[in-house]
Amino acid sequence: MKKTVLLGTVAGLAAGGALAQNSSTLEQVRDRGNLICGVTTGLTGFSAPDANGEWQGFDVDLCRAIAAATLGDPNAADFVTTTGQTRFSALASGEIDVLTRNTTWTYSRDNDLDFEFAGVNYYDGQGFMVPAELGVTSALDLDGATVCIQTGTTTELNLADFFRANNISYEPVPIETNAEAQQQYLAGACDVYTTDASGLAATRATFENADEHVILPEIISKEPLGPAVRHGDPVWGDIVRWTLNALVTAEELGITSANVMDLAAEAGDNPEVNRLLGTEGELPEMLGLESDAFANAIAAVGNYGEIFERNIGESTPIGLARGLNALYTEGGLQYAPPFR
Amino acid sequence: MTTIDHAGRGEGGFRLSQLLYDRRYRSLTIQAVAMILLVLLVVWLVDNTVTNLSRQGKDIDFGFLGTVAGYDINQTLIPYSSQDTHLRAAAVGILNTLLVAFLGCIAATIVGVLAGVARLSRNWLISGLMAVYVEGFRNVPLLLWIIVIFAVMSEGMPQPRAFRGDDPAASMLLGDSVAITNRGIYIPGVEFAAPLAGSTGWTWALILGAVLAGVLAARVVKKRADARQEATGERPVTWPLRLALILGPAIALLFVFGAGLNKPELAGFNFQGGIHMRNSLIALWFALTLYTGAFIAENVRAGILSVSKGQSEAAFALGLRPGRTMSLIILPQALRVIIPPLISQYLNLTKNSSLALAVGYMDVRSTLGGITINQTGRELEGMLLLGLFYLVTSLTISALLNVYNGSVKLKER
Ligand SMILES: N[C@@H](CCC(=O)N[C@@H](CS)C(=O)NCC(=O)O)C(=O)O
Repeated sequence: MKKTVLLGTVAGLAAGGALAQNSSTLEQVRDRGNLICGVTTGLTGFSAPDANGEWQGFDVDLCRAIAAATLGDPNAADFVTTTGQTRFSALASGEIDVLTRNTTWTYSRDNDLDFEFAGVNYYDGQGFMVPAELGVTSALDLDGATVCIQTGTTTELNLADFFRANNISYEPVPIETNAEAQQQYLAGACDVYTTDASGLAATRATFENADEHVILPEIISKEPLGPAVRHGDPVWGDIVRWTLNALVTAEELGITSANVMDLAAEAGDNPEVNRLLGTEGELPEMLGLESDAFANAIAAVGNYGEIFERNIGESTPIGLARGLNALYTEGGLQYAPPFR
Repeated sequence: MTTIDHAGRGEGGFRLSQLLYDRRYRSLTIQAVAMILLVLLVVWLVDNTVTNLSRQGKDIDFGFLGTVAGYDINQTLIPYSSQDTHLRAAAVGILNTLLVAFLGCIAATIVGVLAGVARLSRNWLISGLMAVYVEGFRNVPLLLWIIVIFAVMSEGMPQPRAFRGDDPAASMLLGDSVAITNRGIYIPGVEFAAPLAGSTGWTWALILGAVLAGVLAARVVKKRADARQEATGERPVTWPLRLALILGPAIALLFVFGAGLNKPELAGFNFQGGIHMRNSLIALWFALTLYTGAFIAENVRAGILSVSKGQSEAAFALGLRPGRTMSLIILPQALRVIIPPLISQYLNLTKNSSLALAVGYMDVRSTLGGITINQTGRELEGMLLLGLFYLVTSLTISALLNVYNGSVKLKER
């Protein structure tokens, strides 16, 4: 009896081990029939489930675009919630195919944690939010303040550096998720909440009295947020990178969710549009995708500008201006290499 | 059995089939096979881990412990800054784990003993209340209690700001020395005007040493008194001397180093000075105490009930007073039933303290096992060290308590 149990276990483990062999991420996604993206536990505008339980947001749309490009179906995307602390294990272990969760591209995440960042979908920086009634006007006035900070983030390291560099003290309250941070902050258990400025805006937008809270002028870091994949599968990294580039290029070329199907129906007179939408040349095929891959992505979620405006733009409660995230032609940093 | 024996030996030697069919060998065979399979399994697991790690381009390397941690920790029992190493951050976490485990074990023992005795009370109300307490805490997950207490503290208590102004909404307790806020409880601390070698830590260590020495000296006095009682039947009064031996030197040292009370005061955003017991510590400590206390209460009750009534009747018949009956007859016998499960409760409490996760208490799970592995990507190494720490701590606790158990258990010839 003892023996059979043991033998069974060994056989089972061996089988399990054999399954985890090296097939490419694209193959795995195709075999599985869906794409698994790691997202936040909930940050309105970036990734949060709506009233019907459908995931919505800026990062979610990027994930859906990748699903549309690889599987032809934006709804073939599954979402796994991750916290600041669990996201990297989830990605490294293969639990998720791509991490689309306001994750900052840093040197050590790229090289020490062995991930690949496939571009920047939001140029951000770390800010501070305080209740207006505190009368604080600068982060330098925060000496001795209690600060809510999400653990496992770049922001927690920047915070330590900022206070040390300015020789002022603070009391960190370590927190796991944005929801907890919001609850602690609103209860006054911390004076300040600090995270990416976009996250602050998104969090504040959900407050009952948003105007009772101010975001301080100091931006203390660079937080280029982008999708990350495992190092070692360059094709998969390229697929994610060029899907993002396709969305940005689409905005530049005036391709929208409304006109993309017409433009993709037959080759027009702009060769770059043709190459992007697969009516000329074989660009998507070079990545092992269908010729209409990028057309599908744009049709599913719109171009970069549409995604921005719909989820976090000035017409939404979050009300973020394009700023650094405008196209380079409009004075921003969003610039995609040419499709040729 | 005999026939097989005869058959086996009759052929004048050992046949391979005996390994399976001869009962004398069969169990050995099974054990050997199981052992080989177990070793293979372990080898396979280790090999699999190493191969998969190297496939991901990772090796097993503990060098990250020597690199700069970069993050701040709110509760530090030893000096620490974000420029210290991950190793030191781990040490800070370890001390925080040990602190809450230590506070928890002491408080849980007190609560448990009181509740266990009270549950045996003849007063219906008291025993009923204790039954409600024990069942309420034993049967609801610990995590819930931790979160409930944390939420009550952070949502229900006043902000430090509320203490400000001419007509403040909240005020300090006990002669302006204790402040209960939604960021934790501030109590007065002891500060030294002239600490030993300029270090408060060393000063406390010296004072603790003096108390321990006093305890040992007091034991000698008690042993002498016992011997005198054996010899002459007369027991000298020793408690004033023993108390003086234990507390005297410590009090003298407090004077020498110029000890004074440091009361918390509102300054800027928060109270400053005194001792800050953060919400996370309080929630974890109270919840661990009440939860484990409920289990200890049951152990205590069982221990007391295990001593038969005849024992106390016999003691009374010999003329022993109730206090002496308790300390000489009942307790020694009850303890030998109480201590072994108590050890398990202490171990449970220590390991359960890793639920600190839920309230952001910076224990070793949160520093080494949380932020450090997240910032360095060394999950495997971090988890191995964490496991090792809990293993060593648990084994130490149980070894110490086993020694104590050995000294109280029934000595039979
Ligand atoms: N960009 C930083 C911080 C990312 C982060 O954790 N952001 C917060 C607030 S903007 C968040 O997304 N929280 C959602 C959650 O708690 O799941 C990083 O990559 O370390």
